[in-house]
Amino acid sequence: MKHLLSTRDLTRHEAIGILDVAEDMADVQSREVRKLPTLRGRTVVNLFFEDSTRTRISFEAAAKRLSADVINFSAKGSSVSKGESLKDTAQTLAAIGADVVVIRHPASGAPQVLAQSNWIEAGIINAGDGTHEHPTQGLLDAFTIRKRLHGTASRGRSLDGVRVTIVGDILHSRVARSNVWLLTSLGAQVHLVAPATLLPVGVANWPVTVGYDLDEAIDAGTDVVMMLRIQAERMMSGGFFPNAREYSRRWGLDDARVDRLPAATMVMHPGPMNRGLEISSRAADSPRSTVLEQVSNGVSVRMAVLYLVLSGERGELS
Amino acid sequence: MPPRVVLQQADIARALTRISHEILESNRGPDDLVILGIPTRGVILAERIARLISDISGRPVASGSLDVTMYRDDLSRNPTRAPSPTRVPAAGIDGSVVVLVDDVLYSGRTIRSALDALGAIGRPRIVRLATLIDRGHRELPIRPDFVGKNLPSAQGERIYVRLHESDGDEFVSIDSGENGAPK
Repeated sequence: MKHLLSTRDLTRHEAIGILDVAEDMADVQSREVRKLPTLRGRTVVNLFFEDSTRTRISFEAAAKRLSADVINFSAKGSSVSKGESLKDTAQTLAAIGADVVVIRHPASGAPQVLAQSNWIEAGIINAGDGTHEHPTQGLLDAFTIRKRLHGTASRGRSLDGVRVTIVGDILHSRVARSNVWLLTSLGAQVHLVAPATLLPVGVANWPVTVGYDLDEAIDAGTDVVMMLRIQAERMMSGGFFPNAREYSRRWGLDDARVDRLPAATMVMHPGPMNRGLEISSRAADSPRSTVLEQVSNGVSVRMAVLYLVLSGERGELS
Repeated sequence: MPPRVVLQQADIARALTRISHEILESNRGPDDLVILGIPTRGVILAERIARLISDISGRPVASGSLDVTMYRDDLSRNPTRAPSPTRVPAAGIDGSVVVLVDDVLYSGRTIRSALDALGAIGRPRIVRLATLIDRGHRELPIRPDFVGKNLPSAQGERIYVRLHESDGDEFVSIDSGENGAPK
């Protein structure tokens, strides 16, 4: 694997392969020595043009557990705020000797630009670009679902027949997009629930079913409810829904709704959560919530991705 | 030159039985023994040796697998390898006598990785090395304690170990390396 730009590029076989490597990485997390020497001498640059805590820390932890050197770069307080272009930043990183660049950028497609340019030789991992994709989040969500369903017997399994309901701001959510492509290629049935104003144009062409009513979706039965964050920072123009209280009443996972879910139904949230808006505290803290598992699985999944991008002659997984 | 079979199924069985006796003899019994195989075929051999030792001694002997992929020094020279799971006995390996098992011992680099991998999961009292085939050409100061068969070979030659559990049939063959895998 040379780059990881999108879950849409991954075949079912490749996706299961990444999740299986992540299982091996997860086993390492439970050992006495939680560090592997695999990427000794390699340099991973976290290039973050947007705010992030968990993704950046997760990539940093993953790289360090594989013994790579990590350089963190955030646009705030860097030459980017003085007007440096992506090209110049990339060439600077190439000159420093980066082997992998983990990039988060507000513009959809920025990682693709880096990967296709000849500015830098390094492998590119997309850590979220605009409203396009966030592939490692999709992978860690798939990993978490598989682990909850199959436990230690997860290796080699797909998500055939698993019903996943994704609720909320689909329009602005790269997490939703990465999950839709990945989960459906793993065999899951994805159902989207959102106010009509927060569904993208062209959603009819996605391999999913679409509804507007959360209660209907809960009554129809689902194995996973994935709540998305209401992204206030991308909704400056407003007008997507009348006000937060109405959104919360109609599309939030409140106490009444979470109590109606069967005990085995997972509640997922990519974080950071707006408690009381899209998810109630009781839902977030209940045993069916996978929020913290998602964070710790994120490290294992990112270790797997870094390993696959950095090992081999840039060849396929054998 | 067509591939030449050097060990038949019965030869492999005899070699493993002898190795099991030798392990018991050098350890003065089955106490503290943990037999760890290196994937893929080393794991199968380790399970067989553990079973043989418990049959001979009448006491259960733990076996497991030790993945060395993440500890290799040639990851950027070869196509990406998918790691395999590491399984060790629940009691751990601290203070135990670990016997590492591999099918073919060649440069010794896999064993070096295995020693590093072992260090990350615990601190055995003693580590020994058993191999079904020793083909020579060591690149590191590593020496096996128990050998099924010494098979002097040229570096261009290829050695194939096939076992029932992984391949459906069972023999060890050697060829000049020009014919690809045996049918």
